[in-house]
Amino acid sequence: MQRLFQILLAIDRRIIFLVIFLALSVPIFLHLKIDIDVTREVQIFYDAIEALPTGSRVLVSCDYDPGSEPELQPMAETGFRQMIKDHIKFAIMGLWPQGPMQANKALAKINEVREGFIVENGDTLAFGRDLIVVGPDTIRYGRDFINLGFQAGNELVIQRMGSSVAAAFPNDARYGRPIETYPIMNGLNKLSDFDFIYNLSAGYPGTVEWVQFAVDRFHVPCGAGNTAVQAPQVYPYLDTGQLTGLMGGMKGGAEYEKLTGFKAKATMAMVSQTAAHIFVVLFIVIGNLAYFMTRGKGQRKGLS
Amino acid sequence: MTGFWNIFGIWAAALLTIGIVSFLYRDNPVYKFCEALFVGISAGYWFVSLYYQNLLPKLFDNLGFTKMLGFSQDDGALQLAFRGQYDVRIWYILAGVLAIMMLLRLVPKVGWISRWPLAVVVGSTAGLYMITYFQSNFLSQLQNTVIPLVDMGRIKGLEGLASGELTADRFFAAYLGNLVLIVGTLTGLVYFYFSKEHKGALGSAAKIGIYFLMITFGASFGYTVMSRMSLLIARLYFLFGDWLGII
Amino acid sequence: MKREIPLMLTAIIGLTFFVQFFVPHRPMGFLTDMFSDWFSIIAAAAIWLGALNLLRVSLEKIYKKDRDWFFAAVTIASFLLIVIIGFFFSSGRSFQEPGTKFDWLYINIYTPLMATMFALLAFFVASASYRAFRARNAQATVLLLAAFVVMLGRTPFGDWLSSLVFLPKGWGISNLSNIVMNYFNVAGQRAIMIGIALGTVSTSLRIILGIERTYLGGD
Repeated sequence: MQRLFQILLAIDRRIIFLVIFLALSVPIFLHLKIDIDVTREVQIFYDAIEALPTGSRVLVSCDYDPGSEPELQPMAETGFRQMIKDHIKFAIMGLWPQGPMQANKALAKINEVREGFIVENGDTLAFGRDLIVVGPDTIRYGRDFINLGFQAGNELVIQRMGSSVAAAFPNDARYGRPIETYPIMNGLNKLSDFDFIYNLSAGYPGTVEWVQFAVDRFHVPCGAGNTAVQAPQVYPYLDTGQLTGLMGGMKGGAEYEKLTGFKAKATMAMVSQTAAHIFVVLFIVIGNLAYFMTRGKGQRKGLS
Repeated sequence: MTGFWNIFGIWAAALLTIGIVSFLYRDNPVYKFCEALFVGISAGYWFVSLYYQNLLPKLFDNLGFTKMLGFSQDDGALQLAFRGQYDVRIWYILAGVLAIMMLLRLVPKVGWISRWPLAVVVGSTAGLYMITYFQSNFLSQLQNTVIPLVDMGRIKGLEGLASGELTADRFFAAYLGNLVLIVGTLTGLVYFYFSKEHKGALGSAAKIGIYFLMITFGASFGYTVMSRMSLLIARLYFLFGDWLGII
Repeated sequence: MKREIPLMLTAIIGLTFFVQFFVPHRPMGFLTDMFSDWFSIIAAAAIWLGALNLLRVSLEKIYKKDRDWFFAAVTIASFLLIVIIGFFFSSGRSFQEPGTKFDWLYINIYTPLMATMFALLAFFVASASYRAFRARNAQATVLLLAAFVVMLGRTPFGDWLSSLVFLPKGWGISNLSNIVMNYFNVAGQRAIMIGIALGTVSTSLRIILGIERTYLGGD
């Protein structure tokens, strides 16, 4: 038994890597269905969006990069679905340069008509670019949604938006035209003109800055989706009511998908996620067991 | 983009993914190549993004350089200034000068001049943080710690709940939640008070605080594991689904 | 004057941003708007500085024929590739729209590289959990138990485990993890947040008053 524990302690870390690879890969092929409980904080966020009247305008701040895409992209796709279904207009922006491109990816993913175009009032509108079709609803760039793009400056961008959105984002990211030329921006002069802020955040700048400036300074309600690394740190804002809802990690995304009725990537991945957690717990238990059983019996050997 | 480029793109993405993952076996030239590629592409990405989204509209358009070079029809501040009109955007000239000063850090002899734009950045942040951190991270948090020890409203709300509806969360929230928040926050703060030795009552409070902090760190670790595993799961879905097409 | 002018700039701009919370009208509002715009442009220049410095360092490696100079060449080549494509072959201001060559590079080169770099952490966190995470004392044990509750409670496996020990629905590990996150975690995070806030306020004051000068570097 002692010998077994000593072998376990000295195991090559590449064996551990292989075990993790198998633990996460096998469930992918099993196509198991899994039931997810919705937590209070995700319910609060979903209800906040549902409570917005038709025609409300939401600022979607995509503050993440491809490194956080697995956790936040499902939240972006689901959020866009919910807002399109509820006929809520949205303006996309990013405090990270990759954010607006991730938003483009999310819209491309949920769009159901990828080719073709229509001509309306002399304007040629291409599906997938100017028109996004989700179920029975079609939204049009410039009228129902806009991509403001990215600005460097972190929290000072939010500060600047407080007095003038156009000064912070002179041109839109898609066509490079002044944002005042788009109908969606009518009446959206400063940050407090938005009805809600939907922030997807992977770090700094992100949810903390939106709470400090947009919520506490300019009094715009804000709900957030965070990576699981950051989520525990923003729970105090949820408790004080500074945040209106919080989705943490892929589990939060899966809960949001359940609430909207469209189960996609986050839900599918929960089986592998469950397996991953089980194996990490097992690793910790076995590692500690082996350590305590061999403690004082000699040096650990051959750590690679 | 044509079908060929779509397929080529997926294969490129898959091979680069495998190249990075090869590091798990051991450091190797393929991984180093992928790493160098990533560093270069990343720097170039930021370079292009910042030009088009930041410098071009805010500096060159506003000052009128793009009109001077024939890329735009809209007058900038300089065109208006030449006509004797004041435009508030003329102040962007100073921003442009500060931006050049920042870039001069590359020249060792005059690199010291980059302290000026750095001072603007540091001063802005310091002035803002003094209020925002105080308001959002101190006052608001403290306000939600000065709460009744027991939430009578929630306790009354438990009456009449059928046993199936009474969950541990609601029970805890009613009877113990506020107490945990108050005791945990205060003892955690006591732990971080290093101006006095942790002895006696202070020491006992600090010891309790450590346990609350350990639970916090344990929760953070659990969420960190969740986060990292999600990233790997997504790459596996890409490799097995988008690339190999076997799921 | 190499240090005095920056210190004066820090003080003036810092005070402007401080005062504008209380006096948002002219001239403070105008000044803070202007300084915010300057900040945005300086931040862009600072990131350009980083990119150009990377080029400089890589060129030096190639020039001196350092070990791994080939990879420095790869860095420069990839930088130039995306910059040239972004500036000249990607529809100008619509450079990042779906369908452009820049977008293709973003989706097929940049995204998989970055995503996989971060995905490697999953392996390392599992390895570290096995080899380094030890319940050596009571505090470490509490940390471990909290981690177990959260990891298992955030998946359906936790509820299945609870049913094995005959805990009723609503009183299982997932409910316990909700309690941990919404109360114990909030308490600890709040204590840390308040401590950091006090430190930030005092450091900001020191910077504005010129007592803290480390950001200026040496002479």
